Amino acid sequence: MSQTVSKMTLTTEGDTHVIVTRRFAAPPEAVYRAHTDPKLIQKWLLGPEGWTMPVCINDAKAGGKFRYEWTNGTGGGFHITGEYVELQPYHRIVHVERMHLPDPTPDNHIETRFEPDGAGTLMTMRMTLPDEKTRAGMLATGMEHGMEASYVRLEGMV
Amino acid sequence: MQSLDAAFSALADPTRRAILARLAKGEATVNELAEPFEMTQPAVSQHLKVLEDAGLIIRRVEGTKRPRRLAKAGIDAMDQWLAMLRKALEANYDRLDQVLAGMEKEKHKKGEKR
Repeated sequence: MSQTVSKMTLTTEGDTHVIVTRRFAAPPEAVYRAHTDPKLIQKWLLGPEGWTMPVCINDAKAGGKFRYEWTNGTGGGFHITGEYVELQPYHRIVHVERMHLPDPTPDNHIETRFEPDGAGTLMTMRMTLPDEKTRAGMLATGMEHGMEASYVRLEGMV
Repeated sequence: MQSLDAAFSALADPTRRAILARLAKGEATVNELAEPFEMTQPAVSQHLKVLEDAGLIIRRVEGTKRPRRLAKAGIDAMDQWLAMLRKALEANYDRLDQVLAGMEKEKHKKGEKR
């Protein structure tokens, strides 16, 4: 299961879960803040090259709402809305989110844990989708942006 | 050999990608695919035909059933998708590494003690 070459792992579990793990060189407090402070989130939660997040509103408290909007600068874009269920500072975030494409996708229930790992942090993000079809659709949507990039590469080769 | 174009246009549809993701878990009949995807059998059959023509899936004959499974090209395509999703996530976390390094510097500048 564990890979020494890559710092990140992406795996599916059962029919409805997706698990992402990643190690960071900074302590849990910093990694947690980078996940909850809009000014910091806007710097890294961007996806493929060329995408930006012009709108990043979030109210990081239990019951608080958030809204993230992305654009590729050439008319393409989508947004995510969600609610925080529980926040244990520097340790754990539980939230629910959905993508608007523009129709909302079924809710993705996400628990993110930040655990001390030597001088750094081990982050474990566990997503729970309502059913198998939704999970397949979500993985496929995430891939769509990558597809776009490979189309561009293909065109460049012709 | 199937053309790369046929494979790419077959993959351009999210439902077809979801069908491939389902078949990645094992063989399935049209009925078995229609139920979780809440689609009519003809609609599923249409998608399966596109995937088959693109060489991504193959069918087997078992009595009156025609179960489908991933062809080698389909498995490769699934691997590529996951690799691309991975890459987008990795790009995010590589940027986060930079953000964290910046936060650390900021803290030292302010002379904070931990």
